[in-house]
Amino acid sequence: MQLTLVHARYQLLETMRIPVAVFGSAFFPAAAMLFFVVPFAGKDPVAATYATASMVTFSVMSANIFQYGVGVAEDRDQPWSPYTRTLPAGPAPRFAGRVMARLVLTYLSLIPVVVIGATLTEARVSPAAFLLALATVAVVSVPFTLMGLAIGYSLPSKAAIVVAQLVFFPLAFGGGLLSAPDQAPGFIEAVAPYLPTRGAVELMWAAVGEYPLNPLSMIMLGAWVVGLAALAGWAYRRDEGRRFS
Amino acid sequence: MILARAVEASRRYGDVLALDRVDLDVHAGELVGLLGPNGAGKSTLLNLLTGLRRPTAGRVELFGGDPRTPASRQRIGVTPQETGLPGTLRVGEVVDFVSAHYPDPVPRGELLDRFGLAELARRQTGGLSGGQRRRLAVALAFVGRPRLALLDEPTTGLDVEARRTLWDAIRAFHEDGGTVLLSSHYLEEVEALAHRVVVIGHGRVLADDTVAAVRGIVGVRRVSLVADELPALPGVVRTERVDGRTHLLTTDSDQLVRELVIAGVAFADLEVRPTSLEEAFLALTTTGGQPTATNRAGRPATV
Repeated sequence: MQLTLVHARYQLLETMRIPVAVFGSAFFPAAAMLFFVVPFAGKDPVAATYATASMVTFSVMSANIFQYGVGVAEDRDQPWSPYTRTLPAGPAPRFAGRVMARLVLTYLSLIPVVVIGATLTEARVSPAAFLLALATVAVVSVPFTLMGLAIGYSLPSKAAIVVAQLVFFPLAFGGGLLSAPDQAPGFIEAVAPYLPTRGAVELMWAAVGEYPLNPLSMIMLGAWVVGLAALAGWAYRRDEGRRFS
Repeated sequence: MILARAVEASRRYGDVLALDRVDLDVHAGELVGLLGPNGAGKSTLLNLLTGLRRPTAGRVELFGGDPRTPASRQRIGVTPQETGLPGTLRVGEVVDFVSAHYPDPVPRGELLDRFGLAELARRQTGGLSGGQRRRLAVALAFVGRPRLALLDEPTTGLDVEARRTLWDAIRAFHEDGGTVLLSSHYLEEVEALAHRVVVIGHGRVLADDTVAAVRGIVGVRRVSLVADELPALPGVVRTERVDGRTHLLTTDSDQLVRELVIAGVAFADLEVRPTSLEEAFLALTTTGGQPTATNRAGRPATV
């Protein structure tokens, strides 16, 4: 446990020394809040709350897919990562430390979205709902963390960046994150329940509002978690750092 | 007591056989040099011994256990490649991070002092010079008070003075009872430090002997001359003809020249030059077919 904290601390230190890395994952959702949510849904408390929850989900997704996908792939390119595997610790402390550090960074990247939602729109949540939403962020991080790990451990860093960019927008759009609940265009409503983003955003909507969860989305979210966990585990086991070194 | 062992260990990367049935025992208290040209398989062997990779066939052991389990790695120290230090972390932070993995680490100040890094503790590793980074990388191998230090090319790219500082630190560790396995492609480095040398080429152990004996093998010289026809000559490891000159690689150039004279060969333009380590290895690995075990006289048995 102590080693986990050590790993988390150094992961955070490394990231914090390059602040633009933190800024990057917070930028896109914050910009989307300013350009789309504030002018179009800002006046309606319910719509603004749901839209803010959507942007929070968006932020959680992009932060995790990029941090893990690109971060893990880049680490694997660095000789430091194989070196740490020669230290007398299994993969668990490093892995758990990474998850802790990334969760902290995910929460940090949410601050701009939440501040914009609270100050520039009519979005409102009760303190209880806010705490529930905080916990939900950790829960919905799971599928995207696993997705990022699967990308990061199976691809070299240059490919990982491209794949992360390719998957995150269709997931956001197809899952209905850029539309009000159940008001997306028909084809999106049809595919959305099969995407992990949909299950995730429904959990967020339910945390901050009265949204009734769709059983299909929940089952599919569970299926994604199981499938992505298997994929990430497989990619981790076959990884031995760079193949030729 | 055997601290590290490889038994018939092979490692394949795709089509490339990087390590071919290697046997190696490192006993407590030894200082073993792993000598070979780039790409010979030295790093692959160290990667197997530190648990980074699995052998494709055969087995490797650390303290009698599997190197891939953390407990087996408790008493080893490894050098990271200097280019791999996390550039944004400070020197002291990198040391503290590694220390956190060991029950009884060397205190930070003491370790940095020993490697001449004390005044750099607050510097980010990205801002260090190549020599400073290399010293830090080697220092990290000793943080956990290891019984066995595995050093992969510890002084590559260092100037003479920095190299001597590191050599002194490695010697001091060995004199305190530590065991060292270090790889190098400098014969000089292995001569300065090691008592036993394991020569690796094309993934195989070519020789495993004392420094003196191995110096005899790799002390191959190149005798080149212009001559039409040469009789059979003893001690020639390889013969090449380039642009009308004949190049003879030999383990005993004096004897070869004597033979040439005695045989009454009409030669001109005689030159005798030492070969590079690389050439000596090539001669060892390409001519004899079978890798050779050396006898104690320091002559390859079957080249």
